[in-house]
Amino acid sequence: MHSLTDVEVKALTLRAEDIRESIVKMLVEAGSGHTAGPLGMADIFTALYFRVLNHNPRHPEWVQRDRVILSNGHIVPVLYATMAHAGYFSISELKTLRRFGSRLQGHPHRESLPGLETSSGPLGCGLSQAVGMALMDRLEGHKPDRYFYCIMGDGEINEGQVWESFLLLNKYRLTKVIPIIDRNTIQIDGYTEDVLPLESLKEKMEAFNFHVIEIDGHDFRDIVRAIGAAKSSLDKPTVIIAHTIPGKGVTAFEGDYRWHGKSPSEEEGRKALRELRTLKGKVLHGEA
Amino acid sequence: MLRPTLFTIKEEERPTRDGFGEGLVHASDERGNIVALCADLTESVRMDGFREKYPNRFFEVGITEQAMSGLASGMAAMGYIPFMASYAMFSPGRNWEQIRTTIAYNNQPVKIIGAHAGVSVGPDGATHQALEDVAIMRSIPNMEVYVPCDAIEAREITKHIASTNKPAYLRLTREKTPLMLPDDYEWKGGKAYIVHVPKHKYGGEFAISVGLIACGPILYEALKAAKELEKENIGVTVVNMPQIKPLDTGFLLRFAKEQRAVVTLEEAQASGGLGSAVSEYLSEHLPKKIVRIGVEDRFGQSGKPSELYDEYGLSAKHIVEKIKSAVS
Repeated sequence: MHSLTDVEVKALTLRAEDIRESIVKMLVEAGSGHTAGPLGMADIFTALYFRVLNHNPRHPEWVQRDRVILSNGHIVPVLYATMAHAGYFSISELKTLRRFGSRLQGHPHRESLPGLETSSGPLGCGLSQAVGMALMDRLEGHKPDRYFYCIMGDGEINEGQVWESFLLLNKYRLTKVIPIIDRNTIQIDGYTEDVLPLESLKEKMEAFNFHVIEIDGHDFRDIVRAIGAAKSSLDKPTVIIAHTIPGKGVTAFEGDYRWHGKSPSEEEGRKALRELRTLKGKVLHGEA
Repeated sequence: MLRPTLFTIKEEERPTRDGFGEGLVHASDERGNIVALCADLTESVRMDGFREKYPNRFFEVGITEQAMSGLASGMAAMGYIPFMASYAMFSPGRNWEQIRTTIAYNNQPVKIIGAHAGVSVGPDGATHQALEDVAIMRSIPNMEVYVPCDAIEAREITKHIASTNKPAYLRLTREKTPLMLPDDYEWKGGKAYIVHVPKHKYGGEFAISVGLIACGPILYEALKAAKELEKENIGVTVVNMPQIKPLDTGFLLRFAKEQRAVVTLEEAQASGGLGSAVSEYLSEHLPKKIVRIGVEDRFGQSGKPSELYDEYGLSAKHIVEKIKSAVS
């Protein structure tokens, strides 16, 4: 995978801003849901679905596809918005988020929407599923060549099941599993280091014998380079710790843990969209 | 219907877990998509036969019941039929939510094997005696629940669930218990069936007819109790109901019509399991006298299985007393 050109970075940046706008709109419309995590992960999801993944939005069940296992299901608005922009379903369906009868359940339900690899919400479950998938991939001789991206929150690492899964990932040395940890430092009750300290996370992961890459989760070149490096690591699994800003793109939401689990009001949404559009204008005209 | 050697000096005993182990190997001989996971209890839950024969498809996951549920779900998502095993107290005891969300809500065909269930695990004591497993698994949508009465039925149910696309729970026990079914027993698709029809010693009618529905190896106690009650002019028809969910309601309705009272028997909490399933259905469709025999809102304790059956009112003599007092 060659490194991104300036034109490619600009295109991804604009795409991510569109996705952020969709996230804000759908959350305002729904009247509930999580804001900070989805906005903070918009760049990584954009990089995955518009650059990294081997997938086919028109054939979500395509057997050769890479899998995205969303472990922290509460950030699903970013997954829905990215999938819609990638062509899995129409963007207009995003406004049904959390509504009765919608395919876009408040937390993802695999059977509701083609393209979802699993149902999640209760935390800590994703990595073990990625391990199980990759074990079967290995049983089949790694043909076709598939990767298993597990998107995890940092708060979710509180869960014991995650550490069981780290042990198993190390045991089986599944280099096709690429966990991406959203290190945004917040969880519902406050900052992660106050609620239940995780640091030093990198050293913990290295102690599990993983190859660890820390990245700026808003730098497309960093994201794509790290995933390329993870794919090249054939001796041990790679864990990507992505430092992100929760609520990224909207000043009022950025870095404030109180935006973890609530949605913007109509007024807050209007202001947020104005800010996002202004930013997009600057990107378009080469000022950002 | 029953094994000819039953209640003779040639009576044979095997634990239900043995039947599971055989069934798993049989099913895997037929199907290439079966994989097995175990949480550090491979020999104890009788997955060792599978491990020897299919080492590439066996995964020792250590004592990680929660992660094991996720692994199994991920494997199923790739098109496989995973059997995941531990003791019932740990799986589904420890990992119920993972089973609910990751396996059942995903509707993945993972087969959950809960071994060493019930008080009959004996000396290990209450911490290891799962009495709530049937109740918690029965409450999960998409989940099927099976409780085989002997090793032969365990073998056949294992082969059956290996062929289905649904999540399923199979409850096993540790102790050797009598083989009650013949070697050529075939799984009847979850239908309940009569295993004992009472015979009046003078060929007449019994004063009172009772239906006794059991699941699991405790069916043996039900048969003993029925024979005892014949002497007291109470005719007890004994039914084996190996599938708790979905429940064979068609049979239940037909059967209950013929009975003065319906009694359920299980080696589990009397609330939430077979007795509750039967009571729920009959109370809405054919209200009648029901007696639920099981452990009555208590934890188990250390002891020999026979001592514990006595202590918790599960042995034949207690069943006889409970039925007599219910119909007198």
